This record gives sequence, C-alpha cells and structure tokens, in this order.
Amino acid sequence: MNEQPEGEISLSWPDLGKTYDVVIIGGGGHGLSTAYHLATRHNITNVAVLEQGYIGGGNSGRNTTIIRANYGIPESVRFYQRSIDLYERLEDETGRQLMHEIKGLLWLAHTEAGVRRERARAAVNQAFGSETEFVTPEDVARICPEVDLDAGNGRFPVMGGSYHVRAATARHDRVVWALAEGAQQRGVEIHQRTEVTGLQTNGDRVVGVETNRGPISAGTVLCAVGGHVTTIASMAGVRLPIRTHPLQAFVTNRYANSFKPIVASTDLLFYASQTARGQMLIGAEIDPQPSYSNRSGHEFLSSCSHRAITLLPFLRDLRILRQWTGVCDMSPDYSPVMGFTGVDGFLVTTGWGTWGFKGIPAGGEQMAELIATGETPDLIEPFSLNRFADDRTKADRGSAGTH
Amino acid sequence: MSLRITCPHCGERSLEEYVHGEVFDVPGTIADADSRDIDRAYMHNNTMGEVTEAWFHLYGCRRWVYLRRDTATDEFI
Repeated sequence: MNEQPEGEISLSWPDLGKTYDVVIIGGGGHGLSTAYHLATRHNITNVAVLEQGYIGGGNSGRNTTIIRANYGIPESVRFYQRSIDLYERLEDETGRQLMHEIKGLLWLAHTEAGVRRERARAAVNQAFGSETEFVTPEDVARICPEVDLDAGNGRFPVMGGSYHVRAATARHDRVVWALAEGAQQRGVEIHQRTEVTGLQTNGDRVVGVETNRGPISAGTVLCAVGGHVTTIASMAGVRLPIRTHPLQAFVTNRYANSFKPIVASTDLLFYASQTARGQMLIGAEIDPQPSYSNRSGHEFLSSCSHRAITLLPFLRDLRILRQWTGVCDMSPDYSPVMGFTGVDGFLVTTGWGTWGFKGIPAGGEQMAELIATGETPDLIEPFSLNRFADDRTKADRGSAGTH
Repeated sequence: MSLRITCPHCGERSLEEYVHGEVFDVPGTIADADSRDIDRAYMHNNTMGEVTEAWFHLYGCRRWVYLRRDTATDEFI
C-alpha cells in the first residue's frame, strides 16, 4: 500500500490568541479528537490545541496501532466498541485514507485458566455488543497457520483462544493528521511548539494557561497530556492515580507472506501484527519501573523476541529493524480517567496507558460532549476520576494484555 | 541496556532480580483521614526527577533496599 499522503495536509502556524472558549493541552490523538468532535458535533470552534512538540510526536506516533474492544468488563466493551464503530467510519468522514484495515485478533490460551479467561472474554463481549467468539486449536490453525500449536515444544500448547472479529489497525500518523486537518478546517487553532508553563486560577477555578508564547484565557482547560500528565495536573493541584512507565516495541524487516490477524498471548506476554509495509510489529508489557526515560533496551528485545519466536517460529528468520519507547500514563485499574477533576474549569483525559490509540475517536467524541453539555455522558461516567475515592475502580484484565 | 541496581548486600545486579516498591508520600495539604487513605491507596506523585524508592531484592538477599533514582534519566544517584 502506498504510504505517501495523497494530497498535502498543511497545518497553519497561527498567532496565539488572547482568549478561547476551550484550550486543550496536548496535540495527540485524544486532544485533537476532542477538538475535532467539538467542531464537527457541537459547532464549538473557538478552540486552541497546544502542543509542546509537534502533533502526534508523542505516544500517538509510538503506539502499535491496534483497534479492539475485546475487554473484560461491560463498561470497557461498550466504550471501545463505540470507538471501533467510529474508526470504521472515520475515513469516509474525514475524506482521508487512514489505512484502516479490519484484521481480526486471536487471543490465545495456553492453560486451562487461559481457556476460562478467553471463554469469559467472548461471553462478556457478546453480551455487550462486540463480536468475539471462542475458538478451538483447529480454528486457530485455520485463521493463522503460522502459529505453532505445540509452542515451546509443548510448554505453551495452544488450547484455544478468542477471536475478535472486527479488530483492526490503522496508520496512526494519518489518524492524527486527519483529525487535526478536520478541526482546523472548521476554525480550531493548532499551536505546535507551544509549551504550557503554568495555569491561571481565579479563586478555585482554572481560567487560563501560561505558555512559552504568552498567557491565554480559557473558558475550559482540558489536559490531554500523555506520560507527562502529572506535570500539568499538579499545576492545578489535582492528584492523579497515574504512574508513568516506559513501553517498548519493535518491528522486523519485511515478512514476504501475508500475515492477516493480530495475534496476542497473555502467557507469553507479547502480541504481533503485520504493518502495511510487511514488517512484523511486536509489542509487550510496560517496563516495571516508573520512568520518564524513553531509552530502549537490549534486554527487552532479547526476551520479547524469544517469547515471540516460541509461538511464531517464522519470526526466527527475520531481522529486527528498529525499536522505540514511549512513556505511558498508567492507571491502577487499566482503565482511562476522563472528565471532571474537582477543580472548576479543569478537565482531564488521561490514564490512556498502553491502550490510548484505540480509544481516540470515542474518547474525543465523549469528552467533546462533556465539554459542550457540562454533563458526563453515560458511556464515560464509569471512567470518572472520582471512581477511586468512591471505591468503584474498573479493574480490567482484558486490557492488562497490554495493547 | 536495562537498569543495573546496586544492592548494599549483594552488589550490582540486574533490574530483573528486583520488585519495585513505592515510598508513599501523601501531601500534608490533605487533611482528613479518609482523603489521606484514598490518596495513599491510589494517587501518585509520579515525580519526574529524583525520587526515593524501595526495591525488594527478590532473587538476591530478599531484603528491601532504599535507593535514590532520577526518573528522567533512569540513573541511580
């Protein structure tokens, strides 16, 4: 597939205004999606998106581009299924080719406990509107012949799995660019290389931001920052349940055959898919220590490739082309944190950890509705920050599978 | 290269031998007991810069060691 953009996407570099209805801190997927949906769904266009680097230069350009909704709890299945639905329409809506491709996702079980987990996943998904079916080892062999059913000489036998029919991938940069372009066309201003250095307050209320290009007044400030969210939230005095952890991934050189589905294994702690270039893209779990360092390590490459080769022996013949790291805003229950913060005028969309890319359309749509109406939409009410104080966390083992 | 952690009892070992533990630090501005409990249970300073951490040397001496690390660079101080 041709990776060149068909037609230039040009972002303007406007002068910074003095006041906006909404200021969004962070020009990644969630910030831009919120701006896009404010403009397209609510006709709110006096909006500035502030990005300290360049748009999509953080985790939006570092993730492994997987779109899925096969989560383990009803609230998550509903939310991410909404995102799947919106992603499937996003190319038509934006008029941009996002290289969105429905691939299906095989999540494999190597133990009796794993079989129970994947059966439960399929049942919860079906009950709440997402297409996932339990599959036998024979089905696995048919869907993905490359899987070694006797992986690791029988140490990790494939005993079954779940097949999530509408799982997909899309080109992450293009998603960011399409949302930025759509927002800008309707009047939203996107300010790159604009760093927030402080928040302006009036009493208990946040009323604007200080930037390296001058102060701005804002009706509402939304913090849509990824790994560095705590820096901004602490300016408002908001305590977050977030720890920042590095997440590493790598791609190989081109695999000559077509590798259709996304394959994941909780026990082997990795997942793999094929990019449009034919490269095999492999990811795993976060680094165990909280850190803001995006240094990549050989230990990760070595241990992750070993696990990947155990299940997909053909990977042995490929070479690792490059690896990279992003720093992830991890929440304790593996669910996002969206909405009000207890400080008037200051909202967050965070806790996107290692699962943010798939949530971009629905996260932006719902946050835009929250900003426009002043009410938390039902779909994201379970993910409010006050769930921690209220002791109703949304622990979801379905996202602990990492991607 | 992954982290190397110097245990005062065992010497320099790889990160994989340790379990990371956080040293909790509830801000003094949070006054009432319930709020302090919630903060301790869920909230994090998530500092970018120097922090004090506890590491349990699981595959070594099986003791907790307290070390300073810069989370911006991953260097121990």
